[in-house]
Amino acid sequence: MKVTDKDVAYVAELANLELTPEERAGMLRDLNSILDYVDRLNELDTSDVPPMAQVSDHYGVDESKQGSERFAYASREDLLEGLRKSLPHEAALANAPDADEDFFRVPKVIER
Amino acid sequence: MDLTSLTIDAARSAVAERKTTALALAEAHYARIQKEDGQIGAFLTLSKERALEQADRMDRMAAEGKPLPPLGGVPVGIKDVMSTRGVRTTAGSKILEHYIPPYDCTAVARMEAAGAVMLGKMNCDEFAMGSSNENSAYHPVRNPRDLGRVPGGSSGGSAAAVAADMAVVTLGSDTGGSIRQPASFCGVVGLMPTYGRVSRYGLIAFASSLDHIGPLAKTVKDAAIVLRTIAGRDPMDSTSAEVPVPDYVAGLDKSVRGLKLGMAKEYFGEGLDDEVRQAVESAIDEFKGLGCEIVPVSLPHTPYAIPTYYLIATAEASANLARYDGVRYSHRARGVKTLSEMYRRSRDEGFGAEVKRRIMLGTYALSAGYYDAYYLKAQKVRTLLTRDFDQAFRKVDAIVTPTSPTAAFRLGEKLNDPLAMYLADIYTVTADLAGIPGISIPCGETKEKLPIGLQILGRHFDEATILRIAHAYEQAG
Repeated sequence: MKVTDKDVAYVAELANLELTPEERAGMLRDLNSILDYVDRLNELDTSDVPPMAQVSDHYGVDESKQGSERFAYASREDLLEGLRKSLPHEAALANAPDADEDFFRVPKVIER
Repeated sequence: MDLTSLTIDAARSAVAERKTTALALAEAHYARIQKEDGQIGAFLTLSKERALEQADRMDRMAAEGKPLPPLGGVPVGIKDVMSTRGVRTTAGSKILEHYIPPYDCTAVARMEAAGAVMLGKMNCDEFAMGSSNENSAYHPVRNPRDLGRVPGGSSGGSAAAVAADMAVVTLGSDTGGSIRQPASFCGVVGLMPTYGRVSRYGLIAFASSLDHIGPLAKTVKDAAIVLRTIAGRDPMDSTSAEVPVPDYVAGLDKSVRGLKLGMAKEYFGEGLDDEVRQAVESAIDEFKGLGCEIVPVSLPHTPYAIPTYYLIATAEASANLARYDGVRYSHRARGVKTLSEMYRRSRDEGFGAEVKRRIMLGTYALSAGYYDAYYLKAQKVRTLLTRDFDQAFRKVDAIVTPTSPTAAFRLGEKLNDPLAMYLADIYTVTADLAGIPGISIPCGETKEKLPIGLQILGRHFDEATILRIAHAYEQAG
């Protein structure tokens, strides 16, 4: 077994999930079964293979440029006017579970 | 005229020539939804007011003799992972049960600007995570061809609605096969464009480097019309590519004679159902008859695609789904005392089992001590999988494979075995990882009358060729 019950509890904390004891037991079983399957990747020698984070750094870009210069098409000069307006407060707050006229409301963060 | 069995062009010209009205078309589809969808479950939300307003707009244009736009008056459905201003958008999750977006997804806005009439939002697996639509937090979708079977997933509602004539076309999303696999299970056409071809702005993110929007349709031509409508650079999505969009429709009738089609043995191995194999092989014979040359190719890293996919997709999902914190727009648990308790309990109540499983796997794969062994390793294998395709496409113009190893399975059959469910995507995930386009088209039925899907994969930004090949097969059939 790769993952222990303690690992499940730790990862749940990192992920901000509160799992019930039953959920934790199921998670332990499923994660171990999936990770066992994933292990087959170690059959491949990838020591000289670069990682691929995304597809689009090969397409629509200027191949002769380096780094962010390659994506120059996606940038523009700073503007002072003519930008898309931000959402009005009312619209931005409309879906909030708890808000006043200007702010989202959450439980107290700092104990005094 | 049967108003619910029309293609895009037939529907649009019927409205333009005043043989019917966009209003009548929309009402006929709503009537069909009323009659059929109780047992199928393809729709989560109907947007009748918005649909009838748009239909009225199209009817007034037609009455004034103005030319209708390419989707003028055509009733469509939108997968519920695409944001629609003022219309509830849930992503199939309880955590967004009451979410009403303040803006429109670019693909939806382009559909409506082209005259489409949005009937409503389509059911799907929660956050598009699933291959059977059974992970919807609301209700499963049933396959219109056999109500005891799944429609596939995650765009199950989008596929079922087209198959059951409840919409002319729909938009779905594909991260590991979620357009092509349900298209195959329901016997319709499903197209996943190249990564970057269609803007993801307003698409609720699952795995950002793998998410694609594309059409599910009754015909290849309809898929081509929708792609032409939604494709192209969008300043709101920096990964949408600055690559010219050809006229996909105009190129459909070009001959396929002389095209080289690759056949990869890795897609015909263990686990492939015999009836599916026979159907796909006889489709390949038909391509020979159409003058295509069949060339064996090798995609040797294919057996590593599913593990690679489940590490990368879950890692990205764990980051993307961190935003559901109960503060701005998602469900908040009641009676919580601290901020941290609010996050944990809200997410625990709001997310379903598969979403939690994937967040956990992704968080684990990204956590200190495991990043190199899992996430980085998977990114390197992704490079190898992409190189497989690069090499194959030096020899061939497209690659033909089965879409899924089996026809539609029964509801509940794979629900308790996540790994078995993941393997339903074995022939589709590779294209998402490499970012190449793929289309699934019907290619026959099993003895039990279940549809079988043929997948055609193409070069980056070469949707035109796979559409042309798919169209030639469809017309010959």
